[in-house]
Amino acid sequence: MSFVKYSEFVQEGDVVIIFIGHDSMMPIKVESGAQTQTRYGAIRHSSDLIGQKFGSKVTCSKGGWVYVLHPTPELWTVNLPHRTQILYTTDIANITLMLDLKPGSIVCESGTGSGSLSHAILRTIAPSGHLHTVEFHAQRAEKAAQEFRDHKVAHMVTVRNQDVCKEGFGVVGIADAVFLDIPSPWEAITHAKRAFKRKGGRLCSFSPCIEQVQRTCEVLLDQGFQEIHTLEVLQRMHDVRSVTLPLPDFGSEEGGLDSAKMIFDPPSEEVPSSANAGYPAVICRTATPPREMAGHTGYLTFASKPRD
Amino acid sequence: MADAVVETDVECRISEGDYVVLKRGDVYKSVQIDKKKKVIFEKQWIFLDGAVGELYGSTFEVDAGGKLGLRKASNTGNSTETKEAGLDNRHIVDDGKSQKLTRDDIESLKEQGLKGQEIIQQLIDNSTTFRDKTEFAQEKYIKKKKKKYESHITVLKPSTRILAMMYHGREPGKVCHLRYDTLAQLLTLGNIHAGSKIIVFETCAGLVLGSVMERMGGYGSVIQMYPGRGPVRAAMESFGFPSHFHDTLHEFPLCKVNAMLSGTLNLDEKDPDGQSDGRLGEQSASSRLSSGGSKEGSSESQSMEVCTQQARAKEVVQTEKLVKIEEKRRRLAAAAALLEGRNADGLVIASRFHPCPLLLGLLKFVAPSRPFVVYCQYREPLIECYTKLREQGGAINIRLTDTWVRHYQVLPNRTHPMLLMSGGGGYVLSGITVSAETVTLGARQNAAGEPAAKRIKRDEITSTSNSSA
Repeated sequence: MSFVKYSEFVQEGDVVIIFIGHDSMMPIKVESGAQTQTRYGAIRHSSDLIGQKFGSKVTCSKGGWVYVLHPTPELWTVNLPHRTQILYTTDIANITLMLDLKPGSIVCESGTGSGSLSHAILRTIAPSGHLHTVEFHAQRAEKAAQEFRDHKVAHMVTVRNQDVCKEGFGVVGIADAVFLDIPSPWEAITHAKRAFKRKGGRLCSFSPCIEQVQRTCEVLLDQGFQEIHTLEVLQRMHDVRSVTLPLPDFGSEEGGLDSAKMIFDPPSEEVPSSANAGYPAVICRTATPPREMAGHTGYLTFASKPRD
Repeated sequence: MADAVVETDVECRISEGDYVVLKRGDVYKSVQIDKKKKVIFEKQWIFLDGAVGELYGSTFEVDAGGKLGLRKASNTGNSTETKEAGLDNRHIVDDGKSQKLTRDDIESLKEQGLKGQEIIQQLIDNSTTFRDKTEFAQEKYIKKKKKKYESHITVLKPSTRILAMMYHGREPGKVCHLRYDTLAQLLTLGNIHAGSKIIVFETCAGLVLGSVMERMGGYGSVIQMYPGRGPVRAAMESFGFPSHFHDTLHEFPLCKVNAMLSGTLNLDEKDPDGQSDGRLGEQSASSRLSSGGSKEGSSESQSMEVCTQQARAKEVVQTEKLVKIEEKRRRLAAAAALLEGRNADGLVIASRFHPCPLLLGLLKFVAPSRPFVVYCQYREPLIECYTKLREQGGAINIRLTDTWVRHYQVLPNRTHPMLLMSGGGGYVLSGITVSAETVTLGARQNAAGEPAAKRIKRDEITSTSNSSA
């Protein structure tokens, strides 16, 4: 297993995702002899996981079953231990596309945070790219480096424990793309500029507050960046479900209105009135938005660094 | 280090035959560099000869003859300094008389060979109201006029970002209204990366295919499933991938999927339309977009027709045809070999076809614990996919989503969302495959039955709460 290469079977030392049920998952590091408790009972790594095919069903000690999944950056994003606020897949997808990331890209990132974006970047730039990630919090930097080793991507990433606003990325003239997710991105723009290859590249800054965007854009313009665009992306979920809609009763009258006939192309399922408090009803297959959703994550500001 | 820089500079030069993207303002056009060939862009005829040998990302000025000349860097500064400006617009009256220059005057200025910048200065000098406009309004005025009279063109290297924005902006119908941010979701949720084996079915002119190939970087393999006679790849061609990328690309006809699944695929089977087979290449080439390099394909087929006119050319054509049929058979066998193991690492569907049969059929080729993504411009077909997939089993974490994207104007004290935004970028169904064996064999009753029962119960609860609300 590696976060940048699929394998077929679970091996000792792998990090796997246990899918327990609707929106319930957990990551496990597979160690022979170890056990992991789930709500369906224990999973014994040696007998239940090692040698199993990814995607297969695993029966826990209490008889319930779970699936063992191959890790992906997207599964990691929803399962990782939070050390900071993290970037989610919707934003990550756009960052990846808008930064023109592809195999071989050299990327600078700050801060590393919990490594949610880092894993997605590494997946995309593998096998020949490199990520230089800078985190000013020593413990977070160390934790991230450990995760990269566990996930077998350490050869593609350099973690630096320093302040990007003061010391930059530790590299000059090599980056195709720079990503900033720090409280004062405007202070890091000149460092970002120096990190780019001579031919230039793409920059992204993620900020939750519009005031941060304002200041960042001013500095970007000042520093000669072009195509400066700010945008915001949200994901909308559609929960698929069947809903039962009772039909109104206008009373019986010869030649009067029949509400069942007023529905064009009525759905095949019609519920007898007895099941629905006296009203006949139809079942409708539809999708509804969740009661609450993420209404704001952050503004994404993109810019192109022109050739020197 | 110094060597590396020089090396990268070589591949940063525009050369003849390259697929490039022309950019003017927010408008893009994909073309192939062909000397002496006229290209129409933004209602202007241009020749791209001048771009050859220059660096990617360079901006050119178009002269009266349509020739490109490298634009001087010094022009970027704002030369029209604003000296006077009004405080507000209370004295501005829209009577259509503020501009003293007539259309004809402007045309004659153009004919005199005045540059865009100079024409704009003339317009400002001859505007009676310019000085009374607020500073912001002046800026806006200049920006608007610049767009109209300046003809700067930037030549860019194609990328998924640029091509996705180009198609969405210019010809959304050709890509099933797939918006760039939705494409981004497909690529990320599909975990597209180097070294994997991905099945792609799309009717988005080849944009989705190209973007998948870009993410794979020439490592691994892509199997393009295609409807009808041949795969459409116009947009993929305009990525201008190096030739080794094309070695990783395979194609397999949809009409042979059933045979493949039942193990009865006959590679030697003659196609009902075997005659036209040899033409496959040209067909997909000539169906290219006008913005793509359509000329190349048609000139090829023209030259071929000339050949057939010649006396002994018939024989040559005959052998050529045989070679092509043999080549096609070989390619079919190669694609079949990739599908046979039913161990693809991902499935991407983005088409105008009903996604349900596509998804259920093609998912059989995907290994367990691999992501799949389905794009559809409409929501209801994906609801059906969701329902069928839940009934059938073999997939978890199934989600139906769409994304909302809003752009901002960021200016000092004038930051706000753009007045116009895209109303929708299509819908995405995503999920992860799981081992089907346990579901289809003995455990079927428990496995498929249990969650379904749970689901019905939940549905009942929600629907009653809905109806009571």
